[in-house]
Amino acid sequence: MATREVRRAAVRQAFPDEGLVRELPGGDQQTFVVDRGVLWDLAKHLKEHPDLACDLLLDICGVDWWGKREPRFDVVYHLYSLRHGHRIRLKVPVGEQDLVVPSVYHLWKAADWFEREAFDMFGVRFSGHPNLRRILTHDAFQGHPLRKDYDPGQRWLLREEEQYVPSWAKVAQEDEDHFETQVLNLGPAHPATHGTLRTVVRLDGEVITEAETEIGYLHRCFEKMSERHTWNQVIPYTDRLNYCSPMINGVGYALTVENLLGIQAPPRAQAIRVILSELSRIMDHIVDIGANLTDLGAMTPFLYLYQAREEIYSLLEACAGGRLTVSYVRIGGLANDVPHDFAEAVRYLLKRIPPLIDDMEKLITENRIFRERTEGVGKLTAEEAINWGWTGPCLRACGVPYDVRKAHPYIGYDQYDFKVPIAHTGDTYARYLVRVEEMRQSLRIVEQALANLPDGPIIVADHNVALPPKERVYTEMESLIYHFKLIMEGMKVPPGEYYGYVEGANGELGFYAISDGSGKPYRLKVRPPCFAIFQAFPHMLKGHLVADSVAILGSLNIIAGELDR
Amino acid sequence: MRKPDGSSAFFTTKLEKLLDKARANSLWPYPFGTACCGIEFMSVMMGHYDLSRFGAEVVRFSPRQSDLLIVAGTITDKIAPVLVRIYEQMPEPKYVISMGACACTGGFYRAYHVVQGIDEFIPVDVYVPGCPPTPEALFAGVLKLQEMIERGETHYQRKVAGMKKAMGA
Repeated sequence: MATREVRRAAVRQAFPDEGLVRELPGGDQQTFVVDRGVLWDLAKHLKEHPDLACDLLLDICGVDWWGKREPRFDVVYHLYSLRHGHRIRLKVPVGEQDLVVPSVYHLWKAADWFEREAFDMFGVRFSGHPNLRRILTHDAFQGHPLRKDYDPGQRWLLREEEQYVPSWAKVAQEDEDHFETQVLNLGPAHPATHGTLRTVVRLDGEVITEAETEIGYLHRCFEKMSERHTWNQVIPYTDRLNYCSPMINGVGYALTVENLLGIQAPPRAQAIRVILSELSRIMDHIVDIGANLTDLGAMTPFLYLYQAREEIYSLLEACAGGRLTVSYVRIGGLANDVPHDFAEAVRYLLKRIPPLIDDMEKLITENRIFRERTEGVGKLTAEEAINWGWTGPCLRACGVPYDVRKAHPYIGYDQYDFKVPIAHTGDTYARYLVRVEEMRQSLRIVEQALANLPDGPIIVADHNVALPPKERVYTEMESLIYHFKLIMEGMKVPPGEYYGYVEGANGELGFYAISDGSGKPYRLKVRPPCFAIFQAFPHMLKGHLVADSVAILGSLNIIAGELDR
Repeated sequence: MRKPDGSSAFFTTKLEKLLDKARANSLWPYPFGTACCGIEFMSVMMGHYDLSRFGAEVVRFSPRQSDLLIVAGTITDKIAPVLVRIYEQMPEPKYVISMGACACTGGFYRAYHVVQGIDEFIPVDVYVPGCPPTPEALFAGVLKLQEMIERGETHYQRKVAGMKKAMGA
């Protein structure tokens, strides 16, 4: 494990000039401010030097310092080393007039869509990027919405004929000898595309020869909206990112802000967060496996598994009041304590869910049709998966045992005894197996967390962060003032930045928050796990049958709410 | 038709009523599920809640085969043309349920890429509030639509009635 000093020396040795590469003191992770002229060389050095070995590019985003600083923009890179477990952040300042940064696509393919997103949102041009065009907004869109001077309500209408068509799709490839090619749109409204994903494929008979994916059909401006709301008001928006497991998003966001504030949720709140997060993970895997199987023609297992989901819904509803979008987490703890029969209800779930998973496994795991449809389909090696920025069950199915809960434990995951299941083949079947085993491991965690559920408060006592109890607001002047200040102005988060990350149901879910000391986030960037996963999808399709594309898509667990935000 | 004979006109009305009754109780929904509401729509169809108890179980994923469009989820400017196309592809008579706050009004996404209510583009018969609506709320919406069809109050029926009136006048 290399320390900060070792890494600093490794960088300094290759880049001795302080004017080109400068390290920022302190911070949540080692941060270098980089001149764009040496960005490519530094990135290559970071990837290849044995002490640095940053093999995973997690995120690229822009930050706009309009009216606050010159040069106006920062392009921020988040890197991770699977070998050493360290994180490095790079910041590249660029001015508005000459908004060009070299692309790192040829080092990490993961940069593909992240760079396109930064281009779409901020107008940063990445020189050398193979396909730099808008990704989240549509082609008739004008301007760059995440710039601070863009009016959040300014819409642009898209006419039907203006919709994007890939250039290769406009040219017919048929001739007299070969007339079996055709261009097919899978989505955005297609029964097997799970929401709003669109893949344009060229078929030769039934074999896919060319594919391109278009996303952004559910881009609902999460990041712009979060800049206009107080820190606590963002929580309902986070629920709607990955709406199959909303609790995990809330926990990830709350942890990020808590770290910015320098507080920690009480032990009871943390244990409840663990229990509900793991149950949410099970819910998410149920939807993924069930939908995948339904697409392949096996409807029955979904009906079995969905019973478990309904039971978990009931528990969440009893705790939070909402079934799907729970908004149960608060910064500093939870909204309210769990109901008195919580332990009983969780124990019931622990008994109820395993037989349902067993039933499903009996039907599917050794099922010949299922195995023939999935084994060897959508195969990716570990190197390719890392290069594309994959995390979560999809990466673990390629044999890389990276799980945030084990590698960087948060909310007490180090206290629990659980295993990180991996598979080695990296195909659709492996992803299925990993998910099934993860559900069982999650149940183990829930069991242990429930056995050691501590008593005590569920939210911090600091009323600059958490609302005072309602009865005190009605009777005490001081509590009333706290309440008023928190509701009207929002909590004051000290200026700074933090990259918080949790193990979401489909990978590392990161929140990069920047506070300027006011009551609202200055910038909140989500690192959505399925964004990185989905960008590999069109490249995985080539050579497969069109029916396989459905099997692959289902196994990747792409949630449009998180993908497009 | 055979004016001024009253009995045949009476018969026509009865058949219309009969058809409406049949249509109301055999809705074939097309779920245009884009977001969280689509997940809740799955709950509605699954065994626990089971929409088929109310005569709308045949979910079709082709607009050509369905008569009820359930818009479940946020509609953005990017997908709005697709929604309009799908609505136009549905054969008549057709009905629309807008499920959830986003489809009804844009919800809390008052933002640069979100349609502020699908009635900007297509006519809506029933709005179901909630974020997302509970399955019970969607049931209430479907039952409401059934009542409306039987009473001839949906957009489609009023349009046809208006056309008939104009032709008769």
